[in-house]
Amino acid sequence: MTKNINRRSFLKTVTAGTVATAAASLTGCKNKGSNPAADDYEHLTEPQKGRMTYRINPTTHDRVSLLGYGMMRLPVEGGGSGRDSDAPLDQKMINKLVAYAYDHGVNYYDTSPAYCKGESEKATGTALRPFPRKSYFIATKLSNFSEETWSREASIEMYHNSFHQLGTDYIDYYLLHGVGMGGFEQFQKRYIDNGMIDYLAGERRAGRIRNLGFSFHGDYKAFQWLMDHHEQYHWDFCQIELNYLDWDYANEINDFNTDARVLYGELEKRGIPAVVMEPLLGGRLANVPQYIVSRLKQREPERTVASWAFRYAGTPKGVLTVLSGMTYMEHLKDNLVNYCPLTPLKPEEEKFLYTIAREIFDLKTIPCNDCKYCMPCPWGVNIPAIFVHYNKCINEGTLPHKAESESYARYRREYLIGLDRVVPRERQPDHCIGCNHCVPHCPQNIQIPQEMERLSHFIDSLKRGEIV
Amino acid sequence: MRKKINRLPLYALLAALALLFCALVSVAFLPFAATDSGFAMPTAVSVVCGVVAVVAVVPLLIALVLRLREARTVLAVIFGLGITLLLLDFTGTVRLWTGWMARIQLLPAVLALSWAVVVPIVLTLVYGRIYCSVICPLGVMQDVIARIGRIGKRRPYNYSGEKRWLRIGVLVLFLILLIGGVGTAATLIAPYSAFGRIAQNLLQPLWIMGNNALASLASGMDSYAFYHTDLWMRSLPTFIIAAVTFLVIAVLAWRGGRTWCNTICPVGTVLGFLSRFSWLKIHFDAAACRNCSKCTRHCKAACIDFKTHTVDYSRCVACGDCLSQCEFDALSYGHVSLKKNLRPRPTSPEAPQGPAADDPKAAGASAPTVAPAVAAAPVDTGRRGFLMAAAMVASTAAMAQKDKKVDGGLAAIEQKQPHRRHTPLTPPGSWSADHFAQHCTACQLCVAECPNGVLRPSEHLDTLMQPTMSYERGFCRPECTRCSSVCPTGAIRPITPADKSSTQIGHAVWMMMNCVVVADNTSCGNCARHCPSGAIEMMPLHPDDPDSLKVPAVNEARCIGCGACEYVCPARPFSAIYVEGHEVHKSI
Repeated sequence: MTKNINRRSFLKTVTAGTVATAAASLTGCKNKGSNPAADDYEHLTEPQKGRMTYRINPTTHDRVSLLGYGMMRLPVEGGGSGRDSDAPLDQKMINKLVAYAYDHGVNYYDTSPAYCKGESEKATGTALRPFPRKSYFIATKLSNFSEETWSREASIEMYHNSFHQLGTDYIDYYLLHGVGMGGFEQFQKRYIDNGMIDYLAGERRAGRIRNLGFSFHGDYKAFQWLMDHHEQYHWDFCQIELNYLDWDYANEINDFNTDARVLYGELEKRGIPAVVMEPLLGGRLANVPQYIVSRLKQREPERTVASWAFRYAGTPKGVLTVLSGMTYMEHLKDNLVNYCPLTPLKPEEEKFLYTIAREIFDLKTIPCNDCKYCMPCPWGVNIPAIFVHYNKCINEGTLPHKAESESYARYRREYLIGLDRVVPRERQPDHCIGCNHCVPHCPQNIQIPQEMERLSHFIDSLKRGEIV
Repeated sequence: MRKKINRLPLYALLAALALLFCALVSVAFLPFAATDSGFAMPTAVSVVCGVVAVVAVVPLLIALVLRLREARTVLAVIFGLGITLLLLDFTGTVRLWTGWMARIQLLPAVLALSWAVVVPIVLTLVYGRIYCSVICPLGVMQDVIARIGRIGKRRPYNYSGEKRWLRIGVLVLFLILLIGGVGTAATLIAPYSAFGRIAQNLLQPLWIMGNNALASLASGMDSYAFYHTDLWMRSLPTFIIAAVTFLVIAVLAWRGGRTWCNTICPVGTVLGFLSRFSWLKIHFDAAACRNCSKCTRHCKAACIDFKTHTVDYSRCVACGDCLSQCEFDALSYGHVSLKKNLRPRPTSPEAPQGPAADDPKAAGASAPTVAPAVAAAPVDTGRRGFLMAAAMVASTAAMAQKDKKVDGGLAAIEQKQPHRRHTPLTPPGSWSADHFAQHCTACQLCVAECPNGVLRPSEHLDTLMQPTMSYERGFCRPECTRCSSVCPTGAIRPITPADKSSTQIGHAVWMMMNCVVVADNTSCGNCARHCPSGAIEMMPLHPDDPDSLKVPAVNEARCIGCGACEYVCPARPFSAIYVEGHEVHKSI
């Protein structure tokens, strides 16, 4: 803002001689046309149509927009993301967001029968209905996480239901959902033992599935198995988590996870295009402590913090599209700005981001992306809200830990009151019974019961006013 | 209108200064108490309280050059607000300031065998029943109601004779009930605890609503100055009793001022005996009196008979209203000899000559007696437990889907129901059920104070309204000793967190039928994880199969009965592990 005014003042000064700054800015405001700065900067806030970067799918030659719309964090009525409340999805807003994205070149829409309490597929189908079916790609998944749906019949029913919900007779991109979550055995039970993997390959031959792939989380053995069987199944794409933190630190953060560098390398070797998920880690790469914000802004003062993560994820050539679960118009706009068109990161910029990754890693936040796959907890614990509150306090530097520090009492009060504000008491960590229902559902493989026990002790010691 | 300066204000001032001294002592203790709690009181609140304490001095100084009535009013406001706030506050802040005000209440002090009992007695022997006008919150409440009932209206009081036998009868009955162990019935008419019940049941909900509104505002502004707290009906019978008590007393006060105090109230009757012999009294100057009847018409105690120029000192509450009404200086407050007092003669020129030299003695007698009480109240080593009850989830639905199919959403949580305990729980520090029942006057101060939603009035007939414990909303946190720090009657004796952690008030009982491990075939162990005394160990359900799911085994000897297990137990609506009370508390 200051910059704009200065520029305007400068221009005025040049043309009209000595003019008071205030007067200058006043005139400037009135006459939009005479504000070249605003025009110059418009592309930073308003995405431009027709400038989207596209990548070509090597098998089907689909021209896929680099930004893909993740239909997992859809808005609900009354604001907020679908997973925060019991409110129904805000279809009007979803239509508006999808239409805007479509107009700006986004043609990849990624949903699942599980998303948004099971409402996402239907909302996606509804929002896309106004547009010609050939002009966009739908991705959905076989989300047979529940043991009840492991049988062939139930899985096929889920598959058929997706067509019904989406209102389509073919699916462009179909995924085995969350391969590796819950371990290799679960992967076998969900896709191999029941023959679903072959069934789906058959569906691809029949043309009802145009591209067959899988999304991977967790047990590397499952990934390895699928890679080993590439000759047999010819994976058209593979969805992996890729961002500057997971590139080298995924494994360090959690033994169960594999660095994105390894996964991407395996895909590149076989020429399988990568669909990127969690480019922003559920917003964790946008919500960073102020000193990290400052470092990023020093390099690119006019770009948002999130833009770094998106440019990073879009830079590798083997990336087909980058998925982002966009709840709000400003998210969508900012993401579009980054990819209309993409300015790839220079190697030196990537290096800089890896130093940032180190700092984020050192924060020791809980790697929860608020995806809510773990929910609902059968015992009513609000798992993601508890983690989000904890991480927020770490990022803001208000986690009470040193009793000798002057701010301990204040941080302690803020932590406890803040937690009670976002999570009712009977949904707090002390009500986790350690049943482990959630663990196989966590794409980040967070050992949720252990974390809950740790946080429960932490909260209890805060209540006792003890040194943590 | 300027009347002659009588000596009254001087006495009032001395009393006021003594009380103020006590207040300041408690203020002086505050910083330590707050730091010790590890939970600094919001700075704004302490500043406001400090300012109020200082500003209170000014009206008192004004009262010095004014009259008994003004001094009494100022003090009554200070005490009335102090005790009311004490009963409203749920943050554990106010007790550090005005906790002592509850301790100098006569009946609680007697029950606590506290030396604080000398405060009301000495005050009465010196000033008459000023206790009833200033210190007794129920008296102040009646004055407020009577005053409101007379705003802009001419509703004169009238002299009436003493209902002596009613008074004595009620007192005797009261004492019999109290000593006979039927304290519950007796406490119905105990003034301080009646007020406590009214404030906690009828006023605290409004206070909490206001607080919660502010908490929502604060939340919106990212401020932590206020936090939300649960509002819940602790016991319907007690609520009804409080409401009826209030209605009865309010109607009596509205119609006839201090009718309750002078016919029913046992404390009023006892102090009435003493006040006959008090050093300072209202008395008539019959020569100056023109029999205008103004004093009688303004006497809310209905104890002045202007026709005979007599004051019934057993009923006079030394409010000073008559003094300020008399236009002929016929009434004054001072020392009268007993003889003259009993038979006032129209001719005797009574000059109120309170020997000034004695004043400091009188004031001095009350000052040091109060100060230690104050010292005792705020020095509470217990940390203030942090209370923030969560938003209630009203739900009767059964446990939500165990087998999740889609992402997101929250499982419905059924509200927990209290267990019916064969032996009720009494808070640590109460020593035994008997000790507790005999000393507790059911003033609800501890209930108002409890930050964990544990204390609530009993609904058993023999302990009706006396607090009992249950663990659906929280458990009795070992580091919290707030109830013991506020109890004015000694029913809950002061206890340190260390002592509390080794005091067994009950023991946990496991009910296999309810346990989710057995019923839902899931692993749990939440009770064992949260037991602060390590009294629960998980052992295999089937002894010969070490890999079978584990269920809790309670070591009763180590269990202190805090209820952490009961609170965190996932079985709903009835926890599968719950605490049975012990009649006598043990140290382990």
